[in-house]
Amino acid sequence: MTTAPQTARATGKGPTTGASTRAIVTGTSGPGRHEAKGRREQLVSWAFLAPFMIAFVLFLVWPIIHGIYLSFTDQSLTGTGGGLVGFANYAEALADPTMWRSMGNTLWFTVLSTIPLVLIALVMAVLVDRGIPGQWLWRLSFFMPFLLASTVISQIWVWIFNPQIGAANNVLEAFGMEPIAWLQNADTNMYAIVIATVWWTVGFNFLLYLAALQNIPAQQYEAASLDGAGPWRQLWSITIPQLGPATVLIVMLQVLASLKLFDQAYQMLGGVSSDTTRSIVQYMYEAGFVGYRFGFSAAISYIFFALIVVIGVAQALVVSRRRNLR
Amino acid sequence: MTVTATRSIAVPAAKEKAHPHKPGDRPFGPLRIAAFAVLLLLAIGWLLPFLWAVATAFKTETDAASGDPGWIGASGPTTDAFTAIMSQGNVWLWAGNSLLTSAVITAITLAISALAAYAFSRLDFAGRKWLFAVVIAGIVVPPQAIIIPLFYQMLAFNMVDTYWGLILPQVVVPAMVFILKQFFDGVPIELEDAARVDGAGRFRIFWSIVLPLSRPILAAVAIFVFIGAWNNFLWPFLVINDTTLMTLPVGLQTVISAYGVQYAQVMAQAVLAALPLIAVFLVFQKQIVKGVATTGFGGT
Repeated sequence: MTTAPQTARATGKGPTTGASTRAIVTGTSGPGRHEAKGRREQLVSWAFLAPFMIAFVLFLVWPIIHGIYLSFTDQSLTGTGGGLVGFANYAEALADPTMWRSMGNTLWFTVLSTIPLVLIALVMAVLVDRGIPGQWLWRLSFFMPFLLASTVISQIWVWIFNPQIGAANNVLEAFGMEPIAWLQNADTNMYAIVIATVWWTVGFNFLLYLAALQNIPAQQYEAASLDGAGPWRQLWSITIPQLGPATVLIVMLQVLASLKLFDQAYQMLGGVSSDTTRSIVQYMYEAGFVGYRFGFSAAISYIFFALIVVIGVAQALVVSRRRNLR
Repeated sequence: MTVTATRSIAVPAAKEKAHPHKPGDRPFGPLRIAAFAVLLLLAIGWLLPFLWAVATAFKTETDAASGDPGWIGASGPTTDAFTAIMSQGNVWLWAGNSLLTSAVITAITLAISALAAYAFSRLDFAGRKWLFAVVIAGIVVPPQAIIIPLFYQMLAFNMVDTYWGLILPQVVVPAMVFILKQFFDGVPIELEDAARVDGAGRFRIFWSIVLPLSRPILAAVAIFVFIGAWNNFLWPFLVINDTTLMTLPVGLQTVISAYGVQYAQVMAQAVLAALPLIAVFLVFQKQIVKGVATTGFGGT
């Protein structure tokens, strides 16, 4: 190994630009810098990058590009078709009431699930953060469901929502209410899926909130306490405002996660396609793998992709506008 | 600005042990007792569904189907459901497949993400910023949106119904590259400079200085990739049709569709599939709790 490049050190670099220590000092800066780099550094860099970048291109970049092409064809899963059809798939999808229904279901699920998934997580985290004994028990009970596979939680909740022998109806009857066919009834199946989802995934938001709470400096509470502020006052004037950035992040992550609804909704209904629960991902799956229409399914997946991007950007804009107002 | 919001959480300030109770709280004040009561109710609410499942798994099929809400069936507790499942054979095969594929996915993801993250953090090459921006943009791509072209690609590669078809598309997790790069950026450069003076090459430095310093973040990333792979449903469900190659979640789903009425067996399966992850949580509780905070940005 030659030591020459190592002895020629660039000087005056910040601590984070250690990568440039191999640079030969030429006195140039700015755009000309790269030409001055050893070829070796370039080669070494690409040796480090290659495994990830090859997989990234093969299994992410290329599918995105190829998917756009597929969405303009009438390709089928069975191999027939494949000719270009222009915007026909998009035109069909946008005129398709089932597509709009699925889009509506997805948005409705996102609203119904995000609110409790953020609020309940907040309540759990604030209470646990007060240092009440049994920390491991609280963490285990709230977070454990998140570790379970969608298959497992679906089985448990299908059984709980069983109209004849399920525990959910036992609870209703205990309060003197009529039993419900939760998952079989078009008026209630979405709520059943929301309940199961809240139980399943609230633990993740709970841990995010807990981490944020532990970052609030204890001095703030001490100062407030010296000023005579009680626990309630501290909650409203220190804890909740300090959690602002965390709440923004948690809401954004939750909305994006909820928009991807498929696994539990599909499995809790045993693969049955219900007009009141079919999400956009499920419609995409059905078009491609049940209807064998890959081209049409690809078009729906780009409509879904667009929905995610639009909502993501909209959230980012709302957040940045609010920051500017302050 | 998403990133700024994240980093306040992602890089928790070093802090002492959680305060026993917030100032202003009396140790046994009425507020604390109320808080305890609410927590207890929530914990019961969150544990009950799983406890019901466990209780049902230990009933006979007749008791399970009777709708009697008691914890123990009229014929007493039994392990019949568990014996029945395990004798079906496939459950062990599926668990083995899940373990194998999740472990391989975790190892590959960790290796390729750490190498790339190190290059983005420390090495100087043409187009570094531009390439990193492209990788970061990959974080927003929902995996569900590319299943159609990905499946098509697996057909072309002859990888449908193979382990590699199951594994390879899951190893690309741009969020993990981002998380690891953030961490490497914080590792003091002086340590590396010293090694370079001694003549160590880039890979030696990466392997024997940077990686050992990054153990906590690597553990957090590994645990999350593993759990994600173990529980993944949609992709394994699409790419595997051969019963002997199925992972546990996909395999169980086929059995349930076939024998959906045997509640005790279905619940016994749910309990069995959940046990390994509960064990993982009990062992790695600290790393998982910390890992959620650090990987939150890229998780879910």
